[in-house]
Amino acid sequence: MTDSPKPWLEHNLAESEYELILGLMGRVPNYLELALFGVMWSEHCGYKNSKAQLRKLPTQGPQVLQGPGENAGVVYLGDGLAAAFKMESHNHPSAIEPYQGAATGVGGIIRDIFAMGARPIASLNSLRFGDPADNRVKRLLGGVVAGIGGYGNCMGIPTVGGDVYFHPSYRGNPLVNAMCLGLMKADKIYRGQAAGVGNSVMLVGARTGRDGIKGASFASEELSDQDRDKRPNVQVGDPFMEKLLMEATLEILEKNLVVGLQDLGAAGLTSSGAEMAGRAGSGLYMDLDLVPLREEGLLDWEIMLSESQERMLLVVEPAKAEAIQAVFDKWDLLAVPIGKVTDDGLFTLRRGDRVLAAVPAAYLTDKVPVYERPFSEPAYHRAAQGADLSPAREYGDWSDLLCRLLASPNLCSRKWVYEQYDHMVGLNTVVRPGGDAALLRLPGSRRGLALSSDCNARYVYLDPRLGAAIAVAEAALNVAVVGAKPLALTNCLNFGNPENPEIYWQFVKATDGLAEAAKALGTPVTGGNVSFYNEYDGKAIFPTPTIGMIGVIEDISFRLTHHFKRPGHLIVLVGQTKEELGASEVHHLLTGRDEGPVPSLDLETAARLNDFLVEAAAKSYLASAHDLAEGGLAVALAECCFTLGLGASLTVESPVSTAALLFGESQSRVLISLAPENLEAVLASLNQSRLSHGLVGRVTEGPDLAVTHGRQRLKVDLRFLLKAWSEALPRAAAL
Amino acid sequence: MSAKAAVVVFPGSNCDQDNVRSWKAVTGLTADLVWHKETSLPNYDLVIVPGGFSFGDYLRCGAIARFSPIMGEIVRLAKRGNLILGICNGFQILTEAGLLPGALNRNKNLLYLCLDVHLRVENDRTAFTGDYRRGQVLKIPISHGEGGYSLKASELKALNDSDRVVFRYCAPDGTVSPEDAPNGSQDNVAGIVNGRGNVLGMMPHPERLAEEDLGGTDGRALFTSILQTLKGGL
Repeated sequence: MTDSPKPWLEHNLAESEYELILGLMGRVPNYLELALFGVMWSEHCGYKNSKAQLRKLPTQGPQVLQGPGENAGVVYLGDGLAAAFKMESHNHPSAIEPYQGAATGVGGIIRDIFAMGARPIASLNSLRFGDPADNRVKRLLGGVVAGIGGYGNCMGIPTVGGDVYFHPSYRGNPLVNAMCLGLMKADKIYRGQAAGVGNSVMLVGARTGRDGIKGASFASEELSDQDRDKRPNVQVGDPFMEKLLMEATLEILEKNLVVGLQDLGAAGLTSSGAEMAGRAGSGLYMDLDLVPLREEGLLDWEIMLSESQERMLLVVEPAKAEAIQAVFDKWDLLAVPIGKVTDDGLFTLRRGDRVLAAVPAAYLTDKVPVYERPFSEPAYHRAAQGADLSPAREYGDWSDLLCRLLASPNLCSRKWVYEQYDHMVGLNTVVRPGGDAALLRLPGSRRGLALSSDCNARYVYLDPRLGAAIAVAEAALNVAVVGAKPLALTNCLNFGNPENPEIYWQFVKATDGLAEAAKALGTPVTGGNVSFYNEYDGKAIFPTPTIGMIGVIEDISFRLTHHFKRPGHLIVLVGQTKEELGASEVHHLLTGRDEGPVPSLDLETAARLNDFLVEAAAKSYLASAHDLAEGGLAVALAECCFTLGLGASLTVESPVSTAALLFGESQSRVLISLAPENLEAVLASLNQSRLSHGLVGRVTEGPDLAVTHGRQRLKVDLRFLLKAWSEALPRAAAL
Repeated sequence: MSAKAAVVVFPGSNCDQDNVRSWKAVTGLTADLVWHKETSLPNYDLVIVPGGFSFGDYLRCGAIARFSPIMGEIVRLAKRGNLILGICNGFQILTEAGLLPGALNRNKNLLYLCLDVHLRVENDRTAFTGDYRRGQVLKIPISHGEGGYSLKASELKALNDSDRVVFRYCAPDGTVSPEDAPNGSQDNVAGIVNGRGNVLGMMPHPERLAEEDLGGTDGRALFTSILQTLKGGL
């Protein structure tokens, strides 16, 4: 097959890349060798289109124990405890086969976490779908949610949070970004390194089959209507097998039996073997005759590129192989030595004594070409800035508008989704899904860990730099608003085809904004994932740089929740409300258009707001705190009332239009409620933090939500709103 | 009398540690984890069969677990009169093993459901419920895909007549109607005991609401009740 006149084509390589390989190797690579280059130099494994931009991101900080480049990032939490966490996409497999695609996305990120030596304690998922009125989208939504639940529930890892948005741009290419976090002792971080010449390379877990072959290349192409025949590219998950693999792996790590380990994800044995050798600067050989197979007759390249799930690669000292075997026997799992660590720098594949391929590991991992793609501002960008925002301003019936917003796909209750996830197993979930961030308790202290994921992709589409900065600020605020100090973030950067200069422009600008905000808020980026080629029939998704943020609260007793607690409590609106209706949910609802200027963001104010919240929580000043996001003040107010069935009465003085006051999406705003006796202290603290604020009303017995703004008035029965908000998603999801 | 507790661990159990933790948090006592390949449970007064996905549950839940080596010993202890508590997957396994009547079907909406439900205590005179009051309404979470209790009508009548339905899904005010059982359980059955009263199976997870930090403590009394029973002798 090497006789093909254009051998690079079959491996998704460019001709220039093929020539680069010829130069590096000094000879013509054989088919298998070229296949190794094909996957390792794919965008999915090699980050060739993104690396240059990712260098801008801040990755350092006293809290960072492990930055990008490993299976997952690790941060220090205090008390000798560390958290490994990461987010990854599984978009294309989920587009083809939603249940298995989403399930194996969850499985893959879980393996990344326990490969670091951490026990996974929480998962989150950031999902994007097309318009749920579309039957095709309903099937994707139902399948993806069931797949996430099916895998995570069986693993016994609670799915504690996430976010779901709908927009037609995701119709054929949904986004499934899975995040997982695990805990470990800070002095026991494992890394994916093949160190120690002569050490044994063991393959453990599931047998290798034909599923998921070339998944990494598949992830690096656009989708089209012809993709039904790509089902064999989608892996099939077995969460029970993964549960066994996780327990067995954590047991051998606990017993100090392993030198290094890595999960088999994209590009299977190829990437795990080459990356482990590459990181250690060593060499490594594998004997394909020794790989346990699910069926006979797999070709060499199929074995190397299979993405069969639930497998790990271990590097172990020969003397400890027997002890490892014993643990895997207990769990009825395979653990087979398939090779050894060498000192020749080569990634060598054999069958017995016959060498099938021999490529310097560093060529596969470090010589990936890095492209600085040309970029140009898309025409839509400037055109969309100017927009007629009068439909919201002139609507008039504010109660009706609020009801419509609360029943809209992006703002209605997510209960239908998170009730399908076991979010309590493990007995750590202190704040369950449905609030601004999930909060988990940590062992051995009163400390807690807050987690949130977020990205308003409409903002990013309309202003990539500002939109990405808002995504970071919003995720950080979600964490701060439960009383936790934002600590670090992971991300999943979902974009269209980077070879299109206008898409690349989105990527360059978004990573600029991400870097700026992460720096300003003191939350370094510890890892993540880039997913390009999210297009369907030539149309790209909204650029979606999803942010996964974690933060720490010193004592979970001082946690804040979003809902109002008692009639008579005072309501204070923190932050400045501006005439900002551009890019808003309300404008989209009324016009179906994505346009207008994105709300402004002052990162310095955002940082001060976070600090205020953390301090106010620690002093127990506040009864509740809820951040204002899509749908603005009115939607946030309704959410604050729903939980306990309370009401609220507000009178707000503001120079902005009533529509902007109620539904505008000005950033860095929080709605807090407090007992009257704490008012003085809270106002003093707000003044000291130089945050604009206004005492706007009080919590009532209900059932009405009432807001007066000059001569304009919104007054509506909350029971009516609750019904609309609660029933919308189950109804939308029903086929 | 001692109160020695064991929690059985099948390879896919995932609430085993949670039960050890809550048992300890409530009673101050330790519980031992026992691997499913063991064949004896010497001197254990209480055996908890925890929630999870014992063998992946790709087949009917618990259908494979009932063949684990440990199950013979659990059946023996049940006949001896020791306390056996099956929660969620544990309940499913106990029905598969024939220690409790009935079966657990897929939830009526065919979706996995994790949420707080209300339970009415129907019988406060069992070995497991002495610290509850009959008629008391509890808030305890469920988390399962197959929790719809099903039993032949005549047997269900016998179960009711002999006061063996211990918990029933109900509204917050304690009234019982079919829509209060989100999984579609027949007659709103959430938990039952065997004829002798020493084996309890329930779909809801009392161990998940046994500490204030987690949002409620209505599960505690199940563990304190068991402790009282064990202290008082079997």
